[in-house]
Amino acid sequence: MSDELAEKVQSVIAASKRIPRERVSLDNTLEDLGLDSLDQLNLLFALESDFNISIPDEEAKSIRTVREMVEGVRKLVTGASGATSAA
Amino acid sequence: MAPRRVGITGLGVISALGHDIASFWNALVAGRPAIAPITSIDVSNVRFQNGAEVRDYDPGRHFEPAQADLLDRFAQFALVAARQAVRGSGLVFTPELRQRTAIVTGSSVGGQSTQDAQFLEVYGRHSPRVHPLTIPRIMPNAGASHISMELGICGPALTVSTACASSNHAIGQAFWMVRDGAVELAIAGGSETPFSFGFLKAWEAMRVVAPDTCRPFSRDRRGLILGEGAAMLVLEPLERARARGAAVYAEIVGFGMSSDGGHITTPSTDGPARAMLAALGDGNISAEAVGYINAHGTGTANNDSTETRAIRQAFGAHAGKLAVSSTKSMHGHALGAAGALEAVATVLALRHATLPPTANFTTPDPQCDLDVIPNQSRATEIGCALSNAFAFGGLNAVLAFRRV
Repeated sequence: MSDELAEKVQSVIAASKRIPRERVSLDNTLEDLGLDSLDQLNLLFALESDFNISIPDEEAKSIRTVREMVEGVRKLVTGASGATSAA
Repeated sequence: MAPRRVGITGLGVISALGHDIASFWNALVAGRPAIAPITSIDVSNVRFQNGAEVRDYDPGRHFEPAQADLLDRFAQFALVAARQAVRGSGLVFTPELRQRTAIVTGSSVGGQSTQDAQFLEVYGRHSPRVHPLTIPRIMPNAGASHISMELGICGPALTVSTACASSNHAIGQAFWMVRDGAVELAIAGGSETPFSFGFLKAWEAMRVVAPDTCRPFSRDRRGLILGEGAAMLVLEPLERARARGAAVYAEIVGFGMSSDGGHITTPSTDGPARAMLAALGDGNISAEAVGYINAHGTGTANNDSTETRAIRQAFGAHAGKLAVSSTKSMHGHALGAAGALEAVATVLALRHATLPPTANFTTPDPQCDLDVIPNQSRATEIGCALSNAFAFGGLNAVLAFRRV
């Protein structure tokens, strides 16, 4: 399941920062990609909207790399769908 | 006309700490925060739950229904504070003085609750119309206009909107007008009521609001806490005040401004440092004369460490000798009213020779290595004090006050 979700997160990052998709890899830090604090807010907003999730402030603060962002989103998406199927 | 010395002869406040000067000051001295779960609106869908709201406020105690209809909560607060300040000053307005009195207020966002409620009508409920008084209730200058109308003041009146520095800019402009003789008197301050759902969601998206409380300069600080309120000051030439036997709380001696020219939300060190130095220069006071700074001190990771560096840059070795506190730890961050609430706190600190603490402080942060008066107020007579305000957008305004 990784790869669709990872691909989508990287596309959202690229679109949000207005950089080519091929510049974004899992090993990049957000700082490598030139995202300052405001760019990161914009990115979190885009991810929350596209994945229909809510990213807590504390978790957002701890994320440094694209890979961590992918894993963070995956956790929330899985949690959300789990909640839905349980309901 | 030679520059005149300007005294503060009236103070008015309404805030989460109390509805008058005495209760406001008592809470500050006790180090008693007014931060609690938000109750005026439903925040179950907001990531933060706490704020510093004005409690037990009954508009009917202050306004006839016909007047209240015209007033958003933020403009009501502006009027409540202005009435207190003018009443306390003992001023008697003659027709000539009314024309020579300025009103300068600060507000970042004006009538948010009105805007929220009325836009909900058209966007959410698809109502074909909004209330006809929506515009006059929303406009950020409503506070200044209603003070002018109620007191019959017809000199210059304006509102400054520079986010979290709004009321420092307002008080500073008013101070300069009185000092330079452009007017004979000024009522200056600010008012803000940010507790509306749409606006809280906007703050949530900024990810700078603490989930717990406001702990400025403390290592475990997690962000700011929004507050509401208003404060107004009467600024009067010292000579005139003394001639009429008025009590003078303190003297306002300097005003400094700068802009960062940097980032829209990340503060710089240099801009705030230059504003502090500009206030000292404007007041012709030495850095060593300053014993206390009421800090901008929002409680965000970034602000407090940057402000610490700015204070060190501006004051050099003296930074280690002066006391600094953030009263936002108690009355919250009242945005466009913050500078006014903090100007009142600073003036009272000079007058009562007692420095209000930084409340909710638990753990020193090496990035904020100043004497931040943790939790307990301190009896200290000081000569001069600064009050800092640094806005999003990099707009900085600092006021300097002196004990009289």
